Amino acid sequence: MENVLEVRGLNAWYEEGPALFGSRRRRQVLFDVSFSVGAGEIVGLVGESGSGKTSLSRAVLGLLPDYEGEIVHRSARPQMVFQDPYSSLNPAHSVGWILEEPLRAAGILDAAQRRAAVTELLEKIGLGGDYASRRPSQLSGGQRQRVSIAAAVIAKPRLIVADEPVSALDVTVQAQILRLLAELKEDYELSYLFISHDLNVIWQICSRVLVMKEGRIVEQGPVEEVFDRPRHEYTRQLLAAAG
Amino acid sequence: MRQLLKKLAALIITLFIVSLLAFLAFQIIPEDPVTHLLGTEATPEAAAELRAQLGLDRPVLVRYFSWLAGVLRGDFGESYSYHMPVADMLSDKLPLTALLTGLSFLFTVLLSIPLGVLAGSVRSRFLDNLFAALDQMVMSVPPFFIGMLVCWLFGLVLRLFTPGAYVSYQDSWSGCIAYLIFPALSIALPRVAMTVKLLRGAIRHEMEQDYIRTSRSRGAGRAWLLFRHALPNALIPVITFMAVSLAEIMTASIVIEQVFTVPGVGRLLLASISNGDFPVVQAIVLILAAWIVLINFAADLLNGLADPRVRLG
Repeated sequence: MENVLEVRGLNAWYEEGPALFGSRRRRQVLFDVSFSVGAGEIVGLVGESGSGKTSLSRAVLGLLPDYEGEIVHRSARPQMVFQDPYSSLNPAHSVGWILEEPLRAAGILDAAQRRAAVTELLEKIGLGGDYASRRPSQLSGGQRQRVSIAAAVIAKPRLIVADEPVSALDVTVQAQILRLLAELKEDYELSYLFISHDLNVIWQICSRVLVMKEGRIVEQGPVEEVFDRPRHEYTRQLLAAAG
Repeated sequence: MRQLLKKLAALIITLFIVSLLAFLAFQIIPEDPVTHLLGTEATPEAAAELRAQLGLDRPVLVRYFSWLAGVLRGDFGESYSYHMPVADMLSDKLPLTALLTGLSFLFTVLLSIPLGVLAGSVRSRFLDNLFAALDQMVMSVPPFFIGMLVCWLFGLVLRLFTPGAYVSYQDSWSGCIAYLIFPALSIALPRVAMTVKLLRGAIRHEMEQDYIRTSRSRGAGRAWLLFRHALPNALIPVITFMAVSLAEIMTASIVIEQVFTVPGVGRLLLASISNGDFPVVQAIVLILAAWIVLINFAADLLNGLADPRVRLG
């Protein structure tokens, strides 16, 4: 199976503290992280807050400048879906503008083609083309998250990094969004790196799972194997806490 | 629309209350125009005669309503000291104060938006400290002292203008504006400091939102993120703030007109208070108050127009 993402021996640091006299401390947030995401695969990433999940997703997207190791992704750059559909859409712009932005950045389509692509995708995510002129403030949380997902999909990436994409939504909307993610995966041949603290969600949609603790991957493997026969003590604690 | 009518009704009621207060305040304070005009040596008969002549022997509320009826027709009464209509006295002072206010506002906008964008987008410890220091300085020093500093720096050190040598706008518009640049700068400086601080904070806040990270992960450049994403949102509170400061600028000009000897409404106001010339004082206070109320009303409307969340939400 072809891999859309390969990460090998990744170490990453944040700079922190005041830059007084030019001496900033470096704090290591990722330690020797290695994993891969295959084409068409949904890989879950679990761990408590502060375990380095978000740092890892930022590194994959190329937003962490200070790292060592290899991050290789095939074809187009990976795209991101955030947890909070209220802050991930700029309130100053219309839905159409927001969806066109990745296309404009890619610079491959003219204005009419971009609008056509936006209308098509809006139909696909179940909102309809006339939503292009609406503002994010006119949409519900679930509708906003659909738009965020559409904005990630529209540039035709191979990999989408979804950081807690359903945890801000209520349960029925969660199910709809998970279904939408699964549909889009088939239609656009996507792979997901799916970050969640909700082990039920991971169980439902992921084929493999990575367990992170203190910046290290302590366990990884097929979801059934990791959840049924956890080898690491920390994984057992997580499973016990989830009930 | 209903909302607008409600706001309009509140506006009219506020203006009415303001007119009442502007009138009553000068009935309560222990200043007697008759004493001012005749001196302390006047006989009680002469004083009583003048009082009747000025209409001061009528009950307060009767005087208020006859004054208000005049104001609604554009007649602000007659000055006690100069025996000429207040409206005529104001008509050549108001354009000057309006010009000073306009210039000050122009400086505030032209200086604070580029500086605010710079302070908000450049991550430099040096710039941060510089702006913080300037901010503290300009905000903690009283306005008249800023006026004196501007006089000293631009007038005496750099010799760009002669403090006190005011050029009347009736003689030369360009000469008048050239002189007013400096008082306008004195009025604008504290507002620039406040606006830069506000805009810097707003830009920093917006630049940390998820939509910026999303756009950045899609390859958007810094300028695009700043001007197309962060700035439209960051400007919303700034527009409201600047509209409100347009109201303050006019009151600030009262003090600055003194420092720069600009014969505007502010100087007339202070002179009239010390002369007990109440019709003039009432008219100016009412105009200032109406200006502030109207500007706040406009700022409210503008806020609705600028903010898509307020407009459509």
